[in-house]
Formats: sequence, structure tokens, C-alpha cells
Amino acid sequence: MSNISTISVARRERVAPSAWDGIALCLVAGTLALIIYGAQQMNAPLASVSKAQISLSPSALPEYALRTTLRMFAALAASLLFTFTYATAAAKSRRAGAVLIPILDVLQSVPVLGFLSFTVTGFMAIFPGSVAGAECAAIFAIFTAQAWNMAFSFYQSLRTIPEDLDEASRAFRLSAWQRFWRLEVPFAMPALIWNMMMSMSGSWFFIVASEAISVGNTTITLPGIGSYVALAIERRDLTAVFYALGAMLVVILAYDQLLFRPLVAWAQKFRFEQTMGQPTPGVWLLRVLNRARLVQIALVPVHKSFVAVAHAPLSFGRWRWRRSPIQRRWLNIIWGVIWWGLWALVGAYGLHALYVEMAGQIGWAEVFSAFKLGLMTLTRVVVLVGLASLVWVPVGVWIGLRPGLAMRLQLIAQILAAFPANLLFPVAVVGILHFGLNPNIWLSPLMILGTQWYILFNVIAGASAFPTDLQDAAANFRVRGRNWWFKVMLPGVFPYFITGGLTASGGSWNASIVAELVTWGNTRLEANGLGSYIAKATAAGDYPRIILGVMVMAVFVTLFNRLFWRPLHAYAERRLRMI
Amino acid sequence: MAMASTIETKTVLQVEGVRKAFPRPSGGEMTVLENVDMTLKEGEIVGLLGRSGSGKSTLLRIMAGLIEATGGKARFLGEPIDGPAEGIAMVFQTFALFPWLTVLQNVQLGLDALQISSDEAHKRALEAIDLVGLDGFESAYPKELSGGMRQRVGFARALVVHPDLLLMDEPFSALDVLTAETLRTDLLDLWSEGRMPIKSILLVTHNIEEAVLMCDRILLFSSNPGRVIAEIPVDIQRPRNRLDPKFRWLVDSIYERMTMPAKAQAAGARPAFSAGGIDMLLPRVSTNSIAGLIEALAGAPYHGRADLPPLAEHMHMSTDALFSIGETLQLLRFAEIEGGDIRLTETGTRFANEDPHVRKQMFAESLLSYVPLAAHIKRVLDERPAHRAPYARFAEELEDAMSEEWAEQTLRSVINWGRFAEVFAYDENQAMLSLDNPV
Repeated sequence: MSNISTISVARRERVAPSAWDGIALCLVAGTLALIIYGAQQMNAPLASVSKAQISLSPSALPEYALRTTLRMFAALAASLLFTFTYATAAAKSRRAGAVLIPILDVLQSVPVLGFLSFTVTGFMAIFPGSVAGAECAAIFAIFTAQAWNMAFSFYQSLRTIPEDLDEASRAFRLSAWQRFWRLEVPFAMPALIWNMMMSMSGSWFFIVASEAISVGNTTITLPGIGSYVALAIERRDLTAVFYALGAMLVVILAYDQLLFRPLVAWAQKFRFEQTMGQPTPGVWLLRVLNRARLVQIALVPVHKSFVAVAHAPLSFGRWRWRRSPIQRRWLNIIWGVIWWGLWALVGAYGLHALYVEMAGQIGWAEVFSAFKLGLMTLTRVVVLVGLASLVWVPVGVWIGLRPGLAMRLQLIAQILAAFPANLLFPVAVVGILHFGLNPNIWLSPLMILGTQWYILFNVIAGASAFPTDLQDAAANFRVRGRNWWFKVMLPGVFPYFITGGLTASGGSWNASIVAELVTWGNTRLEANGLGSYIAKATAAGDYPRIILGVMVMAVFVTLFNRLFWRPLHAYAERRLRMI
Repeated sequence: MAMASTIETKTVLQVEGVRKAFPRPSGGEMTVLENVDMTLKEGEIVGLLGRSGSGKSTLLRIMAGLIEATGGKARFLGEPIDGPAEGIAMVFQTFALFPWLTVLQNVQLGLDALQISSDEAHKRALEAIDLVGLDGFESAYPKELSGGMRQRVGFARALVVHPDLLLMDEPFSALDVLTAETLRTDLLDLWSEGRMPIKSILLVTHNIEEAVLMCDRILLFSSNPGRVIAEIPVDIQRPRNRLDPKFRWLVDSIYERMTMPAKAQAAGARPAFSAGGIDMLLPRVSTNSIAGLIEALAGAPYHGRADLPPLAEHMHMSTDALFSIGETLQLLRFAEIEGGDIRLTETGTRFANEDPHVRKQMFAESLLSYVPLAAHIKRVLDERPAHRAPYARFAEELEDAMSEEWAEQTLRSVINWGRFAEVFAYDENQAMLSLDNPV
């Protein structure tokens, strides 16, 4: 791809190696060695991974951290592949979009942790006797936490490609492949990278759940930070929990510095503004690579092959079938029948399978009680999002109006969002037991621990984008207190708050599966709700109840989004958008 | 090459009976182009001149193979056009440069589909960049360049494919006056020196002087539906001088022709629908511009009468914008347009001398007498017991006769005029028209 050239365009005349080459070489070689080692471990026989082999010694943590990170990146690669194919298909074909987008919408609402129980068995059957099956299941679980928002972002970008660029690419007869790499991917890049970062943050939460999987009688423990934490919780070893926290923090900082910072800086040039933007933030890794001459030279062929691939027409020749309007109408009808017929078959088969699985196992009373539990969890989500908003909106506004502070705290808020709140659950359990509190109430805050930060940093973003002239006008007319909040600031940050609130509430539903049923050693605390219902069913390997729980939760989330967040979002877009 | 003298000039492009219609949401269709014929010969610059919304850009896109005609035939070098053709290149009003590609990469993009070696592509791109005078800027990104330089990149990208036909869609209208003039002159120089690897140029524009300056032939477009109403040959020696009496005379006469259909339209000559002319398309003109133009016309040096071209220049307005305001004045009977002149009526002169309060009353009177849609809305509101009616009620009524966007534009205009005249009120939150005075 010719535009991935920030690094390699700067060909220098002198080729003597520089000190920067040394640093760069160490980085590259080290990363390669680690990846190879990790990949070898992943192919080991299944017998080699059992709980006994997980060690709580801190010296084992670097390897665990590496393997967890590899899983996350494997999932990220899979998510990218999914994004590029699924979202492209949905955006390019109206027929495909009519099916794929609603599916994506539902998938986004289905609790990720509910997937685990189905996929583990499936992947184990594909790779019998090897760790690869379990690895794939774990990677798939992380993938389900990452892929949906990336696909949505890419789809949105494809739908909003500027008309003149679209016409230019067609008028100059770029093939679909060329168009994809030269127009669509670059245009979508900034939003996609931002969503990749969010996905990586979001997936930590599920690492713990996906590395130590037990479905019914099958228990698999994959070496990684997640299973380390699981063991620490089982053994009530608070020190080990803190070691794991430290390791995680190091990993987060490392990929932030080595991958996302450079990516964000590089993606600056894909921003679709025809004016000079802000200067690119300094990124030390890009500087090192730019100064390392040998690396530059080594990158030239890499760059060249990218260019060759992206420029290759890869189309099926110039052959075109000239169809008359009547032929076209008939073809359209035929394709429509085939397409919708196929989906009708898939749907019918799905319903049949569902019936076979559920029939005789689940009565209407069970469905009714699942809905009742759903209402309880809904109450928790609503109350918690409300409380979190009351706290974080004022704080976010306060921070956002102070640009220096906002820049520094924004990063911290992002790390906090990445922080898997489930690592803090043990502390909560100890506290609840110590004070003899009611778990139905006091377990609830755990649901929002990890997701409240979305509200905070969206409000910060909103307040920092609030126009200075409006602030000045408010100050000039001495608008203060209540009026200032309700007439000036809150309408200004409202669209941003909606985005944050939507993400936070979706995340909280998901988190309820781990937050409503918490263990610490042999102690088990439970809050009544749909989350604990699914968690218990998963532990028991009770498929009909898992399916019921997951479906009820998907219904709740979808309805809640459609009836509450969407209308608010539409209102904010219509009335409160700053032009 | 462009001026290559062949005994028989070849036809580059031929359009016969082309029609384009878009389906309307309320059923039926809306015709944008009706029965358009034209030919383009080798060595010619032809201009498509018309007001915005006259379908000339649509015609250009049919020729570019970007959209399909509903009826009729379009042929390029004898072959029917059914998709973007090799040998046709396009220059865009908005430049359409890829912000993430450098100048060189943007220009090379034109060659991607041609399957030539990368060395050859590199060489040709450099030549094109050199030709448009951008050497030294090869590694710059579009956002580092000024508007004029960006459009030069646009030209280089089109020229690099060595097209037979260059299509230009209002290529200078997004540029400031000085830059646009420089670019026009440079392009004409390259053309007359035969240094551009192209055979013909088709230029879409709404700027009359630009068309007269650049074209060998001008096709005048009318609106609703778009069709060619006149073909005007420009027999003025190049390089042309804007002050040349012959140039001025041609510009004036085109002005005259372009204002004629507008007059017919205001007088209700368009096929009227049963609703009694409420379906008249209203331009988006603010009451401030209306008052402003009346005041300007009433004052020195015009004293109630002005020639349109110099007036446009004096008021720093595009022809199109001036036409819209002038037509609104004519619709409200504040002025009359005739033979490229605009003249204040008695009412118009009185309006200019009155205080804001009386002006509002005069405006209300004219609005209710001469804008059927305004009178219609007032009547509906009067008849309803609550004196309220939703926006959608009128929008749907209009959409029977025009496209959704035009219905919205028309309704927005009449709402703004009605608000100014205090004839009716509008609540944006509830999308509700009423007779209430807003509190």
C-alpha cells in the first residue's frame, strides 16, 4: 500500500548503520522470537495444560503475559479479517446489508460470556487432544469482545465515503480491489484504529473468563494472566492478584507505546479534513524507525510489495454482460429468491434446532422467571448508569474545560477502562462478608466498575470540544449555577454523554454475568438476576438454560437500546449537534 | 494534437434523445433531463451552461458513465457508454483528491486502471505534474496546498491518462476569483498551444463569462426538466478579451436568454397542478437579501433600474444567486426582469423608503397575494379550529409535484418568509405551523 509510507518514504542517501538501527533491530528480533515461542507453546498436547501447572510465582508471569497478549492479538487479527469481509459485504450489497446489519446488531447485544459454553465444545471437537482447540475457543471468546464495534465502525465509514472521491475512483476505473485499499480502508482508518483500541481495552475483561473455562465437567486452564488470576482467586491469594495487575499494566503500556501510539500518529494523515490539522504528536517508536537506516532499507521491499498488492487490479477482466432492462429485472428477482430462500432455510433450521434443544426442558414458567430476573438486572443497570452519570458528568465537565488536565487524565481514563474490573471482585467479596451486607445490593456496583469510564471520557471529550465562544458568551452574560449547567453545558455535552452512556449500559449487561455471581475461595456470593442465572447455567453445562438466558438478555439489551438510547441519540443529533 | 487538422473532424461524443428521471418517493418519477441532443467534435471546447439544478451535471455524469440514462443513447467514439470508459477523464468541482495520497500518488491514481509498468506510470505522472506547473510539489499532501494548486492536481490526474475527452464539472467555481482566472488562462494556453494530450473538452458551468471566455460553442440549459434551449457559437478570436464589445454583447444576450424562462416560470407558465400553483418551486432566499437588493436598486447609481451583469459584479454575487433574488423580487412584484435588466416596480420603490414595520406589512401583502403556497398555508390554518397544521401535511402535498429536497427547500423558504411577514409561525421542535404569535 503506497500510503503506508511514513516509514519507508524517507530513503536516506547514506547507508551506514546508526545506533538507532541497533535499537530497532533488538525490538524487531525480540518481538519475532517471542511470537515464535508463544506459537510453539500453543500447539502443545492437551494433557500438558492442567491446573497443576499454573504457578502463582511472579517469575511465571512474563510468560503468561506473553501468551495472553498473543491471544489478544490473534483475536484482533481475526476481528480485522472479519471487519474487512463482513462489513464490506454489508455495505456493498443492499441485499446482504439487509440481513447482515441486523445480525450484527443482535450479536452486539448478546452477552459475550454466553458464547463461551457453546464454542469451547465446538473447537475442542475440531482439534481433539490438542491445546489448539482450547486456544481457539479462548481466542474466539476474545474475538467476540472485539469484532462487533470494529465491523460497525468500518461499515459506517463505507457508507459515508465522500461522494466526489467515490465518483473519482469510479471515473478513473479503479477495480473493486484497488478501490478497497486506496479509498475505503484509508478513509475508514482513523475510526477503525480508535475502535481497535477500544476493543483491546474491552477484551481484558473477558480474558479472565476465557482462559479458565469450565463448562459442565470439562475444565481447561490455558496458561495466561487470566488463569493466573483465576487460580489466585481460588487460593485466596491477594498478593498474586496484585502481581497479575502489575503484569497487566505493563502489557497495556507496552502495546499502547509500541503499537497504538504509532498507529494513531500514522492515521493522522487519513483524517478527511482538507485543512492543516494539529501537529502529529511525537512518537518515539516512529522516530527510532525513521532514524534507523538499515531498517529503512530493509523496509523498502516490504513497502514495495504492499504497493504492488494494493495497486494490482485483481478484477475479472473487462468482461461485461450487456443486459437489457428486462433481463436485469428477471436476474434481480431470481437472485432475490435464491438469497432470501437461503436465509429462510437457515432460519427454519435454526428454529428447529432450538426447538429440539429446548423442547421438554423449558416450560413457560421458566421463560417467565428468566424475564423476571432480567427485570432485576435491568433495574441494576438503570440505577447504576444513572448514579455513574451523576458522578462522572460533573467531573468530566470539570476536567474537560481544563485542556492541560484533560490531556493527561484522558490517558488515565483509558487505562482505567482497560482495567479488568473483575480483578477487584475479590476485594468486594471480602468487604461484603466482613460487613455482612446484602449481596443483592452490594454486588451490583461491580457491574459498572469497568464500564463507567466510558461515560467519563466521552464527557471529557464533549467538554473539551465545547466552543470557547459559547463559554465566553455565557461568562459575559454572567450565566451561572443552575442555568449554566442546564442551558449551557449539559446540552453541549449531551451527544457525547449519550455515546458514553450507551457503551456503559451495554457493557454493564455483559458484566452482570460475572458480577452477579462472585467467588472467593470457597465463598460464593450471588445476586438474583439474569447474569447469575446465565453464570450458574454455564457452570452446570445446562445448555437449554444458557440459551434461554442469553436470548432473554439479548432481547432486553436490544429493546433497551431501541426504546431508550436510540431516540435520545436521534434527538441529540437533531437538536444539539454543534454545527 | 488538439488542433490537428484533419479533413473531416471526427465526432468524439454523441448524445441522442437522452432522458433521465428519478423515482419519486410518492410514486411516479421526476424528470431531470428531457430529450437532450448534442455532439462534440474533435478539437472543440463545448460549454454546458445553465442554472444550478438544470441537470447539466447529471448529463456530464451520464457521459462519464457514472450514472445511467433512463432513455436515449450516449456514444463515445462510436461506442455506447455503459460505464466509465477508457479515454474519458474528469475534473471535479470539489477537486476529489485523496487526502492520504501525495500529489504524485494522486496523479498516478489515474493510471492505476491502465495496467502500465510502474516506471512508465512514474514518468507520465511527473510529466503531467510538470505540465500543470506543480513541479516541486510532488511529495506534498493535498491539505498542504491552496485551492488553486489542488485543482491543478485534479487537472494533472485527468491529463495523465491522455484522455480523448476531458470532462470538467464546474472546475473553477470553488476557487476565488483571481485563482480561477489564472487557472482558466493557463488551461487555455495549454490548449491553444496543443500541449495537452486531449482531443476535446466539455465544460459544465453556471458562469456566463467563463463559458464565453473558454468555449467554441455553448449549449444553454433550461431547468425543470433540463433540456438544451439554445446552441450559441462563440466566434471570437482567441485570446479573448472580456472588455471586447463583442464579448460584452454576447454575455448580455446570454443573460437575457437565461432570464427569459425565469419570467415565464413566475408568470405561471409551467404546467400548473390542480392545487392552484402551490407547487411552484421557491428558491432559498433570505428576507435580508430581498430587502438588501431592493435598497441597492433604489439607491445610486441605479435609481430603480440596473443591468444584471454589472450588478452581479458590483454586489460580488454569482449570477445564480442574483438570479434567485431577482426572481423572488419579481414573484413578489417588487421588481421586473426584462432583457437582462432588473427594474423596481412602484411597490418596490415604496418598500425601499418605508420603515421596518411598514415593510413587514407590505411584504405580508405581497406574500399572500402572489405566493400561492403562502396563501394556501394561511387558508388551511385559518380553517382549522386549533389554527395549527403539521409541517408534514404541506410537505406531502408538495412532494406530489416535486422531489423531497425541493419540497423541503420550498417549504423552508415560505416558512421563513411567513415568519418575517408574521403571517404564520412555526415551531421547529414539534414541526408545527400555526397562527400563534410566538411567546
